[in-house]
Amino acid sequence: MAYVALQPDSAAATQRARKRSSLQNVLKRKSTVAFLMALPLILLIATLVIYPAFYALHLATLNKSMARFVGLGNFEFLFRRETFWLVVKQSCIFAITAVIFKALIGFIVAHFVHNIPAKGQRKWRGMLLVPWVIPPAMSTLAWLWLFDPSYSAFNYTLSFFGIGPIPWTGDAYWARFSVILVNIWVGAPFFMIMYLAALKSVPEQLYEAAAIDGANWWQRIWYVTLPMMRNIIAITTLFSLIVTFANFDIVRILTAGGPLDHTHIFATWAFRIGIEGSDIPLGASVSLFMVPILAVAAIFILRDISKRGNEA
Amino acid sequence: MTTVTIDKAGPTRKVKYGSMSRDRAWALRWSYFFLIIFAIFFLTPPLYMIITSLKSSAEISAATNPWWVLHPTTENYVALLTSNQFLRFFWNSAIVSIFVVTLTMLISVPAAFALSRMRFWGSTILATGVFLTYLIPETLLFIPLFKMFAVIGDLTGIQLINKWYVLLILYPTLTVPFCTWIMIGYFASIPKELDEAAIIDGASWFQTLTRIFIPVALPGLIAATIFAFTVSWAQFLYPLVFTTSTDQLVMPVGIITTLIKGDVFNWGQIMTGALLGAAPPLIIYAFLMDYYIAGLTAGATKG
Repeated sequence: MAYVALQPDSAAATQRARKRSSLQNVLKRKSTVAFLMALPLILLIATLVIYPAFYALHLATLNKSMARFVGLGNFEFLFRRETFWLVVKQSCIFAITAVIFKALIGFIVAHFVHNIPAKGQRKWRGMLLVPWVIPPAMSTLAWLWLFDPSYSAFNYTLSFFGIGPIPWTGDAYWARFSVILVNIWVGAPFFMIMYLAALKSVPEQLYEAAAIDGANWWQRIWYVTLPMMRNIIAITTLFSLIVTFANFDIVRILTAGGPLDHTHIFATWAFRIGIEGSDIPLGASVSLFMVPILAVAAIFILRDISKRGNEA
Repeated sequence: MTTVTIDKAGPTRKVKYGSMSRDRAWALRWSYFFLIIFAIFFLTPPLYMIITSLKSSAEISAATNPWWVLHPTTENYVALLTSNQFLRFFWNSAIVSIFVVTLTMLISVPAAFALSRMRFWGSTILATGVFLTYLIPETLLFIPLFKMFAVIGDLTGIQLINKWYVLLILYPTLTVPFCTWIMIGYFASIPKELDEAAIIDGASWFQTLTRIFIPVALPGLIAATIFAFTVSWAQFLYPLVFTTSTDQLVMPVGIITTLIKGDVFNWGQIMTGALLGAAPPLIIYAFLMDYYIAGLTAGATKG
């Protein structure tokens, strides 16, 4: 009796054991372990990046109280506003000018650092990267103080050369110049570091060969340095284009979009409308206008990176 | 005939060498000259912060030479370092940054290990996706995220807006993709034989990660940690949007919203605050410069 009673019990036990072992097998399988290890990352990206991105699309189709569907009404409204076109124009001017000058200054400074004896390079590199290390919100405060309307240290210095007080943040054109200048100041060191790393990887023999062929310094840069650095220049510029186009801190602290909206870019204007003006749908619509240019830059970066992968 | 031509060639070559070394010397001099000019451009704002932080408000409003301190004083530092409010900002920033760094590492290191060594369905797409999320700026997501957290608050009663710990949820969206990306690069550079040997010796995947990969890729890990810390310390937009009460603010936002009262700018204290806010990243940079730069260049060169 006891024997019979034991029978189904032990059968169930073996079945359970087999089930457990199959579950253990699944858990032991390489792909399952890998998936579990990557799961927090997947959840994070899905809930806090992809979901909000689509939520922004949904928000952009609602009216201000978020009770009614208005379709493309917000976009229509934006297209009719002059400020919107001002912001588009300013964002493009801001991003393109700043990136060009950052790239140029970074390239030039990287060359000078590369020229000096290797012993001193570390010191100079360390010093020149400081603007990139300071949190931009903090360094922009220093610039704000340097640009102060009544106590500007720049105007104090310029007055010795007979140059009248410059309205650094008061006049539309000067304010645009100032935000771009601060952006260049923050971003140029990053280019410098990237280009310096790239310069170090150019084989010395190429320059020797060019020198033997009688190339002058300009030809050496144009025919040796630039082709060798083309990929890194492209990637760095595209990266910077994205970051600069989406910039917020510098404009927000330096001018807050003023005078009369003449320095607003997409991010600061979206903040002004969406958070300060509590018109969340309209703010979301404004920030969505950053997507096309970011997408184009991202596609080019991906292409360049996969190209690098194939070369290696 | 031949000897004559050789004689002729000799001197000209020598002259050319001489001119080249002279060119070198001049190039060096010009390099230093321009480097000094650029260093002045790059270092003026931080130096001006230090100068102003040592001035009393009386000296600042007297509009004496802005580049010189007549009566150096530490009153700004004393005022800020004894102010409970300011210490609160510093504390909030430190807590947020430390938690975010820990969280980031816990998420991104295993994920990077899985993506670089263990193929699973969709792993290549995920690796590209991680890189793409790194390219998405925070300025694109802050409005939907703000609304999302407001809705969560309404539905569940969990108030996340205007609490410092909301930043613990938000900052990883900025740090995790980049850290995962550069860790994938570092892990991929470890030879396959190393982990195969470990597996043959009976190590589990977890042991392979902790005993082999993390020690070998330690420089990359340090670079990623530094990156996560500097990003969470410097972040300005998210705390500005999500926190408003003065006891919940972190350094950058705290300094800007509390030290600037209406039109009254207490510049001595603002510059001191900005300097103290910039100090932790600068100190880390001063001691771990090589790791910092490795992390900076790895983002675009690895992978």
